[in-house]
Amino acid sequence: MRGTTRTVAIAGVSALALLTAACSGDSGNGTSSTSGNASASSSDSATGAAGGEISISGCTPQNPFIPAMTNETCGGDMLDEVLARLVHYNSDDAKPELDLAESIETTDNQNFTVKLKQGRKFSDGTEVKAANFVKAWNWNRAGANGTLNSYFFDVIDGAADMDCGLVKVKDKDTGEDVEQPDCEKKPAASEELSGLKVVDDYTFTIKTTEKVSNLLVRLGYSAFAPLPDSFFADNGKAYGAKPVGAGPYMMESYDPATGAVLVKNPDYTGDFAGKVDKITFKIYQDTEAAYKDVMANQTDLLAALPASALQGEKYKSDLPDRTAEKATGTIATITFPSPKADKTYANPDLRKAISMAIDRDTIIKTILANTRQAATGWVSPVVDGYKADQCGEYCKYDPAKAKELFTKAGGYNGTISLGYNADGDHKSWTEAACNSIKDALGVECKAQPYPDFSTFRTLITDRKMKGMFRTGWQMDYPSIENFLAPIYGTGAGSNDGDYSSEKFDTLIKEAAAAADPAMANQKYQEAEAQLAIDFPSIPMWYGKAIAGWSENVENVKITPFGTIDLAAVTKKA
Amino acid sequence: MTKYIVRRLLQMIPVIIGSTFLIFAMVFALPGNPLAGKCGERPCPPAFVEKFRADHNLDDPLPIRYVKYLGDLAHGNFGTTFQGLNVLDELQKRYLITVKLAVIALLFEAIIGVLAGVLAGIRKGKFIDNLVLVSTLVVISIPTFVIGSLAQTIFGVKLGWFPVTTPSKPGWYDLLLPGLVLGSLSLAYAARLTRTNLAENLRADYVRTAVAKGLSRPRVIGVHTLRNSLIPVVTFLGADFGGLLGGAIITERIFNIRGVGGYIFQSINSRDGTAVVGAVTMLVIVYLFMNLLVDILYGVLDPRISHD
Repeated sequence: MRGTTRTVAIAGVSALALLTAACSGDSGNGTSSTSGNASASSSDSATGAAGGEISISGCTPQNPFIPAMTNETCGGDMLDEVLARLVHYNSDDAKPELDLAESIETTDNQNFTVKLKQGRKFSDGTEVKAANFVKAWNWNRAGANGTLNSYFFDVIDGAADMDCGLVKVKDKDTGEDVEQPDCEKKPAASEELSGLKVVDDYTFTIKTTEKVSNLLVRLGYSAFAPLPDSFFADNGKAYGAKPVGAGPYMMESYDPATGAVLVKNPDYTGDFAGKVDKITFKIYQDTEAAYKDVMANQTDLLAALPASALQGEKYKSDLPDRTAEKATGTIATITFPSPKADKTYANPDLRKAISMAIDRDTIIKTILANTRQAATGWVSPVVDGYKADQCGEYCKYDPAKAKELFTKAGGYNGTISLGYNADGDHKSWTEAACNSIKDALGVECKAQPYPDFSTFRTLITDRKMKGMFRTGWQMDYPSIENFLAPIYGTGAGSNDGDYSSEKFDTLIKEAAAAADPAMANQKYQEAEAQLAIDFPSIPMWYGKAIAGWSENVENVKITPFGTIDLAAVTKKA
Repeated sequence: MTKYIVRRLLQMIPVIIGSTFLIFAMVFALPGNPLAGKCGERPCPPAFVEKFRADHNLDDPLPIRYVKYLGDLAHGNFGTTFQGLNVLDELQKRYLITVKLAVIALLFEAIIGVLAGVLAGIRKGKFIDNLVLVSTLVVISIPTFVIGSLAQTIFGVKLGWFPVTTPSKPGWYDLLLPGLVLGSLSLAYAARLTRTNLAENLRADYVRTAVAKGLSRPRVIGVHTLRNSLIPVVTFLGADFGGLLGGAIITERIFNIRGVGGYIFQSINSRDGTAVVGAVTMLVIVYLFMNLLVDILYGVLDPRISHD
């Protein structure tokens, strides 16, 4: 679930950024008069195809650089270049390709045998062996280590035994008795995942708790990266400041105020080596400042252009032929409240009527500067298994039909409310959506702001949120399953609306057990179709990444994750 | 004089303790759980929550947490942020940059502001007076982020005279443009304050006496009148320096300066109480010292104000 933290971090100034753009709007061709070599340390290679150094706009990492502790883009972007995993995602279509693994085999979707390539090394010179994976995953899942990404390992057999025991304590705020894990009083039953076995130096086996058809795709997430022996000497303390991976680059230095410097890993022998010698992540508090630096050729790459540049497609004249866009694995939805908090939205017909009353295309065009793609289902088009039009007519704007369905559902008594966090860029579109609902259905609708993301999420998690609210999802790994099971499965971690459907859960289970990927995808698609019947949330739109770059670089490509493929970027000759 | 300073320093202790408690209580009374946004749209794993709360004393009642914090503070330990970084280290690096920025702004507003004020004051109603009044009015009425963004686009991006954003370890020149932008608003106030006071004092009896004594005009204005007229200006500049240190958030964002203002803003957003309290406590201390300095300067400017 990377990315949300970043959204919050930059959200505070977007209003300001819009205003400043309006006042400096005279930059018709802003880059023509600046000198092009301000930061260019000219590349020593004759062709300019390889070598040289580039800089990319980054943000302040929120956690130590430990793979299992990094769940946001700021630290994740830096860590991604340093780490190598069993599989690597193709930067065009996110298809998993074997990286550290020689082969990953299974006959029953539950017992997997992983064979490693020999001779792959960490940047400290030690070889990557099977034990590096098993020890790393054990550490990542251990309750006592309390990692952010521990849930990724829940799929491995024995994960439940790694949790510390629960102890009853009084809640400080409410005075009620609550159960909290306590590793000192009740240590975990086991310190190792029973589902992992080292066979020899280059082979290990994985047994999952139940059948999983997309384990291969999941293994590409950075939390599954191997850790070197040195990590365990001090429980990751030194590693957290300066990570050591088997990836194409290694971290030369990092300073929270200035950023990270990555240089080529001399021991790297894999297939996904980078072209440039050195990458500098410059830390910006505000993408607006980073954008100006790119215009002046002082910073080379910016993965997400600021709102001010997107308004009126200003970026196309500011950075002529130096921008690119691509759909990413994110989706924005409006979720209906949990029945525990608010029962007034329970009728599926009412939900569908509200969905049909929202004019997505107009909102995208007029308010979001064409930076989104209207959703036709609950799954992003970038993942394998995506099927278009799963939502059907219910995601198409049709005020007449919406009104008809609304009347059939018995209308809505009172004011429909749509909650959003005011520190993000959500005010204008939520208000527009509400107006659209008001006009089509003739019912009062109010966009309800909450001061910030953390207040907003607390209300949702505590199931105290009344009325509909905005939700977003960024994929953890590129699989159709990731857009369904964690959000709509009964009792799943991100099931904010407490949706529960026996049919949906059964289909998800069957898909996970399916023998071949095509079969699995079909089952997942059937599960998605069930969402179109029960309508737990309104699909709004899919995300698009719009990146820009300076005159010093070329071959810039955006990945389905919305990041820039740094291995492909080259310095201009 | 020494007795006075010692007394003032001792008075600072209860003020620091009282203000840190207020800040501490307010920061931790903010609604919202620091962990709520940490894991995106899903709740954090319980084991992570438990470890995080234990590491940051979040389960203790507020007074106990405050006493623990004060105990650490007395040992020069400002605590660690949620990211595990030492707050004091961070603050030292950031204050160095912010102080540089504030000094540029302060020098700019003190020198240019007082000069413009003097010129306007002695030629009241003439062209130069009107020029100063109109131009300061323009500066006062345009918000800082407009001035900042415009200056950045024109002098940074288009003309390339200044760096667009400041490098990670900025020198004086790198901070010049942001410093001028930051100081421009206070410059306008300083100029107007000087002008009004000077014009008023020029009509005072002691000035007539000085002129009657046969003193030269520069001496009458420079030594006799200006010294008296500067007292409110010095008060303003002293308080403003404290404000420049903590309140440069907008300028810092525009020019990507790694200063204190942005640090406080970021920490409040992530509910990182330790970092906020540390940074603001430092600000309180700076304010107190600036106040002391201003009070001492009063005595220098006007010997009638005695501290003994």
